[in-house]
Amino acid sequence: MAQAAAVAKPPKVPRRRSANPRKLPYLLIAPAGLLMVGFIAYPVLSVFYYSLQNYNVTKPWRNGFAGFDNYTKIFTDDDQFWSTLGFSAQWVVTQVSLQLVLGLALALIVNQSFVGRGISRAMVFSPWAVSGVLTSTIWILLYNSSTGFSRYLADAGIGDYGTSVLSDTGTVFWAATVSELWRGVPFFAILILADLQSVSKELYEAASVDGAGRIRQFVHITLPHLRDAIILSTLLRAVWEFNNVDLLYTLTGGGPAGVTTTLPLYVANTGIEGHDFGYASALTTVAFVILLFCSIVYLRLSKFGGDHK
Amino acid sequence: MTAALAEKTPATPPPAAEVTPPAGNRRRGRERSYDDVPRWQIYVPLGVYLLFTLIPFYWMFLFAVRPAGSTSLAPWPMTGEHFEKVWTERSFAVFFQNSMIVGIATLIATTLVALAGGYALARFDFKIKGAFMLALLCSQFIPGALMLVPLFEIFKNLQMINSLGSVVIAETVFQLPLSIILISGFIKNVPVTLEEAAWVDGCSRFRAFCAVVLPLLRPGLIAVGSFAFVHSWNHFLFALMFLSEQDKQTIPVGLNTLIGADSVDLGALAAGGVIAAVPVVIIFAFIQKWLITGFSAGAVKG
Repeated sequence: MAQAAAVAKPPKVPRRRSANPRKLPYLLIAPAGLLMVGFIAYPVLSVFYYSLQNYNVTKPWRNGFAGFDNYTKIFTDDDQFWSTLGFSAQWVVTQVSLQLVLGLALALIVNQSFVGRGISRAMVFSPWAVSGVLTSTIWILLYNSSTGFSRYLADAGIGDYGTSVLSDTGTVFWAATVSELWRGVPFFAILILADLQSVSKELYEAASVDGAGRIRQFVHITLPHLRDAIILSTLLRAVWEFNNVDLLYTLTGGGPAGVTTTLPLYVANTGIEGHDFGYASALTTVAFVILLFCSIVYLRLSKFGGDHK
Repeated sequence: MTAALAEKTPATPPPAAEVTPPAGNRRRGRERSYDDVPRWQIYVPLGVYLLFTLIPFYWMFLFAVRPAGSTSLAPWPMTGEHFEKVWTERSFAVFFQNSMIVGIATLIATTLVALAGGYALARFDFKIKGAFMLALLCSQFIPGALMLVPLFEIFKNLQMINSLGSVVIAETVFQLPLSIILISGFIKNVPVTLEEAAWVDGCSRFRAFCAVVLPLLRPGLIAVGSFAFVHSWNHFLFALMFLSEQDKQTIPVGLNTLIGADSVDLGALAAGGVIAAVPVVIIFAFIQKWLITGFSAGAVKG
């Protein structure tokens, strides 16, 4: 029927379609734009505004403009800021590098053709769908000192586990690391696998005709091809691992003795439990600036999107 | 019109087919050494990794179904006592319903808003396009957890505290940037000539979009929609902060309550975990194929 209309009045069709060719894109991004201005841009600005205030719900008499006092305190008089920043760096670097190496290996394996590939993929990727809180739940069950995995190991005569690995300052880092790896590796594996699909098979064929072995093919074909995907996914993951608090909040609560408190977790504790919104906002601003700075440096150093083959 | 469309359709990128190349030419030819990895080099590391992935799931399942006090490593005799307890006493029935509402509402809102925005980015050049893209990318660096206080105040002013709507809005907003970038990548992959053919046949832009582009976007929409659902199902802090009444809470908050209980009831915790895991893991198992296609079509190159 649309065809009939087109035949009857041919000139009308293009006019109707391009009624507002200038306004249409703005109309289309309006919902997203308004939501982001209202619920991202405005809150970001108010975080910065709060950071210049004394704003503590429990001490309302002190509230008011504070200038840069909050910032001065962070850099001169807050050991916890530096220790949580240090732990954040340790956490992000450990997570991202291990996730990348394991994820790459996993992607290369499940990119091969073998019997049972579909089901294996679905299974090894499944932790990706699991939340931080659920990951904590699962690993709390595994790490539990009286009924967990270690108990069965001890019963079998392998090792001696008196306390939970989560309450020992010496083991808690690796315990938390393993549980985060469990759900983080699939993220890399999926992204890398997606990119592996687009490597031209002819390249490998040509290379093997020329006598290049699998390792040389990997170094000279696969890795260069994956370059941008790897740079981008490590950056996204690093930002995410830095910002996310779900897992550590529920798995260790930042403990024992504060050794697993990341900077965002420290901010959340200061703001939500300590009600010191002004100081928490200043910490937030500092965290954001550090993150942005590191990201820009990283993209520059890695020459993202640069000329390569 | 339909004839013109039917003719053009084969020109579009093949959907899921690319993931699994036809089985026939896999083993062909000695020279394809890259594909001819010795089987043990696949199965041994894969097996080890499968154990690492599956043992934790099994462990949770085991604790959820075995009777309290049992130390058996086999899941039988099975009992439903823990499920019954969390479902009724710990109000996981209510949490489950709330999580479903939040997840589905976020899925719909994110997909619709991102579809509009993604179409604008893929098909138009406009003045603030660069600025809009930059804003999308920058927003990825803003920690959602650190914006809790201002967001809380906004929702308080809107009188939306304790309403699931606040969580839906917050989840949607934080899903949008990535979703828009993904969807615009998918739309760019649909040749614009297909749409033009429909316009020539007299379709309005909107009709042409619905009839021609939308069906081809299916893998992309599944990827983006399932992302949005899984994220909002899983996310914890917004629900924790904005929903203080217990009958408004979602599953992750319910789980956290079980973790934080003075004496952790491991059976109940495990049963709650199974309830939290089942929907997302099932969704994920079905969609992972499209996800991989979707990423390789949209995100990585987009």
